[in-house]
Amino acid sequence: MKKLIKVMFLLVLLAMTFSLASCGGSGKPTLKVFNWADYIDESVYKAFEKEYGIRVIYDTFTTNEDMYAKVVSGNADYDVLFPSDYMIKRLINEDRLAKLDFSNIPNYKYIDEKFKDLDFDPNNEYSVPYMWGTLGILYNKEMVDEPVTSWDILWDAKYSKNIFMYASQRDAIGVALKRLGYSLNSRNEAELEQAKQSLIEQKPLVLAYVGDDVKDKMVAEEAALAVVYSGDAIYSMWENENLAYVVPEEGTNLWFDSMVVPKNSKHKKEAELFINWLCDPENALKNTLYIGYSTPNSAAYDMLPDEVKNDKSAYPDDDILEKCEVFDDVSDVLDIYNRIWDEIMTAN
Amino acid sequence: MKQYRWLAYPYAVWMMIFIVVPLLLVLFFSVTAKTPDGSMVLTLENFKKFWEPMYISVLIRSVLLAVYSTVICLVLGYPLALILAGKDFKRKNVLVMLAVIPMWMNFLLRTYSWMTLLEKNGTINAFFGTLERLAATYLNMELTLPRVNILYTESAVILGMVYNFLPFMILPIYSVVSKLDRSLIEAAQDLGGNNLVVFKRVIFPLSLPGVLSGITMVFMPAVTTFVISRLLGGAQFMLIGNLIERQFLFSGDWGFGSALSIILLLLILLSMGFMSRYEQENGGGGLW
Repeated sequence: MKKLIKVMFLLVLLAMTFSLASCGGSGKPTLKVFNWADYIDESVYKAFEKEYGIRVIYDTFTTNEDMYAKVVSGNADYDVLFPSDYMIKRLINEDRLAKLDFSNIPNYKYIDEKFKDLDFDPNNEYSVPYMWGTLGILYNKEMVDEPVTSWDILWDAKYSKNIFMYASQRDAIGVALKRLGYSLNSRNEAELEQAKQSLIEQKPLVLAYVGDDVKDKMVAEEAALAVVYSGDAIYSMWENENLAYVVPEEGTNLWFDSMVVPKNSKHKKEAELFINWLCDPENALKNTLYIGYSTPNSAAYDMLPDEVKNDKSAYPDDDILEKCEVFDDVSDVLDIYNRIWDEIMTAN
Repeated sequence: MKQYRWLAYPYAVWMMIFIVVPLLLVLFFSVTAKTPDGSMVLTLENFKKFWEPMYISVLIRSVLLAVYSTVICLVLGYPLALILAGKDFKRKNVLVMLAVIPMWMNFLLRTYSWMTLLEKNGTINAFFGTLERLAATYLNMELTLPRVNILYTESAVILGMVYNFLPFMILPIYSVVSKLDRSLIEAAQDLGGNNLVVFKRVIFPLSLPGVLSGITMVFMPAVTTFVISRLLGGAQFMLIGNLIERQFLFSGDWGFGSALSIILLLLILLSMGFMSRYEQENGGGGLW
């Protein structure tokens, strides 16, 4: 135990020395980027370094909350962040983001109109979308022979004990709300009550409520149907070709990971240059092909190979997208959400 | 011994900082609430909130599952402890080791491996499938073996508890029984008692302190667990441990979470008090 502590201590010390060293550094301007793990084609930012002579320090995080904690702690001095929609709203509300100067980001014109003026940044002042995706149904074509089009299939007794639900309050309740034709961000107690009833009805059919491990379970063919995010679905489909992903026709949750600049950034100009670089169609194309997520960049989309472009799981039709909603902050009615989730989870 | 009393000071300090203070904090959170303007007020709301059928049913389910696992552990562990303590048993140390070794491995890892074993396409079912295929090709016979299908059920949760906590039942019983005065057993035999009578009148009553500490040591972690029910129960069987975890990590309702912890603490204290009274009446020893 003591040895372990010693080793840990040394590691921390080492990490601190390195980070200090990086603060000093050469005369080159540096840019600190904080992105999701495995969420960029590395050649893209390497080329940026070469093109502009700016050194990029690239760090990664695994959850929005994780990123938030580090950024808020005050020790971090990142220049570009990649948070998701609701987290951007929170950062804006807490006045932690800088307004972008879009004259420095001419490539913003390539961002598809339908991904501008989103609810979390209504006047498009703070954020530029990087990737987007949906919540949907991942299913095994060998086990499900009918076409999957609606959330209703998750309530079909035929698939009893063959369904994985997402063990996340917002997502599970959101699925039920959408199925009933209500808003994903409902604040109406009667609607939420109905969603609760339908999730309690569904409970006997559910094999398990799972988290991130759903990917591996679906790849191992443990169940026929699962509620997953499109990113996880793409990973699972790479691993097992019997799997398919569909965005239900009732609509779903639409999510965005966007690029923002924190207020305390000392390299705002360089940060905007970097954002502009990532919006360049060639670079956006490289990234979307590498990551596999959907790009909001219309010029990059046009250059995609046809089989990706026509893949409805990554790029659902506009009429479905119109029914999709981005998560809104529902802190004011969180008590109701918490209570109904408790009731669902304790129901027999 | 008196001059070594200062050796206990480090532990006393440790206990103050890491046990007493946190407990007081939990108590504090459980009886206070934040008003909108940020000040704290005394309240019993958090405890009142617990008196709702859904939360009571969570508590009842937790206690029931813990009782089942404790009983199974006792039924499985008691004979094993007796055999281990038997004098004429040569490979005793190996068996004791076998009972202890699982505890050297990470608890989470062991629980995850049960998932891999029990899954629909998991190790056990794959093994059965292979046997069937081997029988078909080499013996030319149609073999149909049953398939395990208990993952994400209450049985899987109980299995996980029994597997993880069985050593806590075996070891206290073993340590008490192995220290039994052999001459008492010999005396009973000399007086004409057959094996059953010797067990019923001498060995079992004398082993009770071990049994009682075994029960406490299995029941306590079983009633508070939240990992086993989430992994092996597929989060469908909310136990009191899950409910507490949720209040702290998700809902952010520290008051209710603390109140639940206090209720659980009282429950455990109560059952321990009950046991220790019983133990005193019977002249106990055991682990406590």
